[in-house]
Amino acid sequence: MSDPLAAPTIEKPRNQWRDVWDQFTTHKGALVGMTVLGVLLAFVLLGPFLWHEETLTTTEKIMLKNKPPSARFPMGTDQLGRDFLKRMMQGGQVSIAVGLVAMMISIFLGTTVGVLAGFFRRLDGPLMRLTDLFLSLPLLPLLLVMVMLFRDALAGVLGPEFGTFMLIVTAIGITSWMQSARVVRGEVLALKEREFVLAARSIGTPPRRVILRHVLPNVISPVMVAATLNIAEAIITESALSFLGLGFPPDFPTWGRLLYDGVSYMQQYPERVMLPGLAISLTVLSVNYIGDGLRDALDPRIRGR
Amino acid sequence: MNMRTALLGAAAVSAFASAAWAERGADGQVNVLYWQAPSILNPYLSSGTKDVEASSLILEGMGGFNEKGEVIARLAESVPTVENGGVSADLTQITWKLKAGLLWSDGTPVTSADAAFTWEYCKHPEGGCAQGARFEGIKSIDTPDDLTVVITFEGPKPNPYQAFVGGTSPIIQKAQFANCLGAAASTCTEQNFNPIGTGPFKVTEFKTNDTVSLEANPNYRDPAKPAFATMTLKGGGDAEAAARAVMETGEFDYAWNTQINPDMQTQMAAAGKGVFVNGFGTLVERIEMNMTDPSPDLAEGERSTIKHPHPILSDIKVRQALSMAIDRQVLVDVGYGTAGRPTCNLVPAPEMFASDNTGCIAQDMAGAGALLDEAGWTDSDGDGIRDKDGKKLSLLYQTSTNPVRQDFQALIKGWWNELGVEVELKNIDASVYFGGDAGSPDTFQKFYADVEMYANNFDGTDPEPYLAQYLCDKIPGPDNQWQGENINRFCDPAYDALVKEMSQTADIAKRGELAKKMNDMLTKDSFVVVPLVDRGRLSATSHTLGGVVLNTWDTELWNAQDWFRVK
Amino acid sequence: MLTFILRRILTAIPTLLLISLVIFFLVDLAPGSPASEIPLTVPAEVRAKILESMGVNDPVYVRYGLWLKQFVWVEPLNLFDHFFGTTFAEGQQRIISYQTRSPVFDMIVQRIPQTMTVIGTAYLIGIMIALPIGIYSAYRQYSWFDQAGTFFAMVGFSVPTFFTGVLLIVIFSVKLGWFPSIYDTTLKVEDWESFLKQARQMALPVTVLALFNAASISRYMRSSVLDNLGQDYVRTARAKGMSERTVLLGHVLRNSLIPVVTVIALGIPSIFGGAIITEQVFKVNGLGAALIGAIHANDLPMVQTLTFIFATLIVTFNLIADILYGILDPRIRYV
Repeated sequence: MSDPLAAPTIEKPRNQWRDVWDQFTTHKGALVGMTVLGVLLAFVLLGPFLWHEETLTTTEKIMLKNKPPSARFPMGTDQLGRDFLKRMMQGGQVSIAVGLVAMMISIFLGTTVGVLAGFFRRLDGPLMRLTDLFLSLPLLPLLLVMVMLFRDALAGVLGPEFGTFMLIVTAIGITSWMQSARVVRGEVLALKEREFVLAARSIGTPPRRVILRHVLPNVISPVMVAATLNIAEAIITESALSFLGLGFPPDFPTWGRLLYDGVSYMQQYPERVMLPGLAISLTVLSVNYIGDGLRDALDPRIRGR
Repeated sequence: MNMRTALLGAAAVSAFASAAWAERGADGQVNVLYWQAPSILNPYLSSGTKDVEASSLILEGMGGFNEKGEVIARLAESVPTVENGGVSADLTQITWKLKAGLLWSDGTPVTSADAAFTWEYCKHPEGGCAQGARFEGIKSIDTPDDLTVVITFEGPKPNPYQAFVGGTSPIIQKAQFANCLGAAASTCTEQNFNPIGTGPFKVTEFKTNDTVSLEANPNYRDPAKPAFATMTLKGGGDAEAAARAVMETGEFDYAWNTQINPDMQTQMAAAGKGVFVNGFGTLVERIEMNMTDPSPDLAEGERSTIKHPHPILSDIKVRQALSMAIDRQVLVDVGYGTAGRPTCNLVPAPEMFASDNTGCIAQDMAGAGALLDEAGWTDSDGDGIRDKDGKKLSLLYQTSTNPVRQDFQALIKGWWNELGVEVELKNIDASVYFGGDAGSPDTFQKFYADVEMYANNFDGTDPEPYLAQYLCDKIPGPDNQWQGENINRFCDPAYDALVKEMSQTADIAKRGELAKKMNDMLTKDSFVVVPLVDRGRLSATSHTLGGVVLNTWDTELWNAQDWFRVK
Repeated sequence: MLTFILRRILTAIPTLLLISLVIFFLVDLAPGSPASEIPLTVPAEVRAKILESMGVNDPVYVRYGLWLKQFVWVEPLNLFDHFFGTTFAEGQQRIISYQTRSPVFDMIVQRIPQTMTVIGTAYLIGIMIALPIGIYSAYRQYSWFDQAGTFFAMVGFSVPTFFTGVLLIVIFSVKLGWFPSIYDTTLKVEDWESFLKQARQMALPVTVLALFNAASISRYMRSSVLDNLGQDYVRTARAKGMSERTVLLGHVLRNSLIPVVTVIALGIPSIFGGAIITEQVFKVNGLGAALIGAIHANDLPMVQTLTFIFATLIVTFNLIADILYGILDPRIRYV
């Protein structure tokens, strides 16, 4: 972002995004959040390259089942003698990817529908009735139908793994946008009547510009809240889907699934439920703080202070 | 106290409980937990285990099965046999005699007309009777007097103990159900939720899929029983929570089917509030090999049909190698603990029908590898996966969603991988997998996979209908909406001939021989069915509840009248 | 306003019809059949007969038409009969569940009390905790209180109820023995003792759910108050010398409620829908358990009826939310 041509003597008009970045870096929570998320990403992405699991046969593994954490197995082994550290790394890749992508899909849909419905009165009725429809659809049969109709088709086009991934994130995304849509619409309805929007409209600013410059920045905070909550929800929903056999194949660990499996062993091997639970919570917490920082950074009133 | 407990226990299981020390209702309240809640108390309208077992507290048949699988008398004077003349020598007729003086819980007498009516009720074509199979082959039911029921079969019936024996075919009261025949069956909510019966308890309140509240039947035939005045049968939750409520918190006295992993079994047993009781029946967890080609490249309607034999699994050597690579004892230790044991047989019990085959118990990886080499599957390109004629030895392995099954999948995949077989796993929600919906690609009947795993058993003690599932004409396919029971698409005229022979054989020893032969044909001779684990029933009972005898041949609540409070 | 409400109610009818149609076909299209509940030991012929008697094999539009007639005509008549002792509905087929072979509405009526008491209480408590926490967190942004609130809200939301529920049972039922782990639906509150018993058995499920609800509502409340605290009118109010209390509770709160009202209104129908996992963990056997059980058993009449009632509530509460917007912010007008 730095500009090598900028001479120190002449103060160039500051770039708006530069301001945003500066403000963002002064937000302590946001920095901590970035660091934690970075560490988690490094753990799941680089971890598998640094940590080499011993190659053991199935029978050898079974001898080593339910081992507590040790130098050989830093997070212990599970009920089949699999290295839990390895599973946490593999699980994190899927969970973080699913959480982030599904959240983006759902936030994009929710914000778009919410803004359009709140801003254009003609669209309000149909879009909100559509929201009602989606809110009342029973989730499980909907997912079953989606999987039945699209799994093989998607797997054919995108390959089995990426196909499943796309199916899952789309399924979660299109079943979780309604709350943010309703929240955003409510805010937009109020914003639309505020003086600055009226002013912008009265000088003939086209609706697209009004939405992008005046409305969207002002709905960013509920959207950020929805975004963080959506990540947590997506990670958990993914585990429920896999659990029902609608998601990834059973030998594909994810954090949500590890957590679910761990509940049975809670009294004997508490680390097996604590570790995935902690990983999910940390991801959500860090995204939340980044969101806080972003919101402050994008708010011109706060930025100025 | 020990002496008293021992005495009580001994007395409770014997049929001659004396009334001197016992009194009906003296022990107050007993709490039973079924994590699958009963939906209805009429076993003729639902064959779900939960419904049949809950109803068995209220409704009874002429006879039942004891924990050894022997037929015992309930409403009948005695069990009719060929020896005592109750069963005709040509096996076409059985005569049941009701005990004299039996009363329904509403105080009216039980008569043979009630039994005859029960048959009318179940055979009605529009009623959708769930226990139709129990009344199959009955030509007529006659009632020469109030206490005698004569059942005449269409042909010789080597196993006549089907109708009115066990919790699945009890006698219902004619007066109560007279208006519920046929299509009217489902309008009779009051009758279906509160049947009048002869069992030890009667319903006071039924909350469907939630709680059954019961009280001692004032007209129960033994004036000293049941020892409990009231019973609550609660439903909901899962097996783990149910086990916990008995074993750790002590809120409940008995929990049904607490199938949990062995680690938890040990931990819960250590809490000291109760014990797990187990018993073995005929339920076998198995891998079924697909004898036909499930390839998605085939046209819809030809996948997994006999038109295309399986490119890999048609070779018996491959099937045998896959079976040899499995260490069944490890599977039991991981998944079932005391509630399972390794088996090589499709019919693990009763003893007279069970083959002595144990050849598969010891794992033999080297032998399995040699077999595959012999069959021409070698790793020619060094990628760790065997291949032959440019085709990889790769299998799709599907089963229903269930934590134990997923652990089994992971282990078996591990062994097969070490053998050089590539395995893709798939799990499917049980309501889809077992749903039989012809429109879904994921049912176990359609079998769009190379191997699949599930458990199955047979009703009662006679394996004949069970073994008859592997007939050539029971192969599922598009022409019968995929409804056949021959899941593997196994077809052998010699086997069909044996099935036919068994259906005409009455001699019990000969039947046992035939059953063993058929069992071996499917398992150790052909490896079409690869049995893994003989799954027992595991239930939890509190230390303060006495008289519990786990029975896998009839309902688990078969002797609830003998239950008592240990003081 | 009145014309707006009337118009919305009128448009709700076709909306609901459409929703019911979509749900019916969706559930019907979903793979699976009630046959999955029948054990494998039952022969195929018997199985086919059972399904036949349930009416599963009728064409889907026939079943939809029948269901619609039963829902809008027979069931209300039954209700009328029930209250006035009349017999208008006699002999008319009601909506019958595949699982229980009894009227779906009987089961729903049976389950409303426990659902309302447990889930409703949890929701109320959740809101009562969440609002003050949200407001105070925003007012003292980045104070230790705010940081702690954020931490617990996020952990509370990202740790699913199947975990917290079992954790509470292990601690409070198994180890300490304070509360029961199983909810007794037959308990009737008649005196002080049974009230205490009821309170004890509600304690754990209500705690789990209240925390979960409070976590998300408090986040929306906090962010909304934060937004408003930076507005010019707050500065004006403060400049006029109003007390902080008046500024916060009189001005900011009212203006901050719009997103919160949306979230709360969206949540109320889900009280009726029940909390599937929590109900299952504590064996509350409310409507949530009924719905998930029906979905697993492919009990189409039950699924359809429950989701349709649910849809009606969603439409109603969204309408109420829209009316509340207008009250909270008079500038929002509907024509």
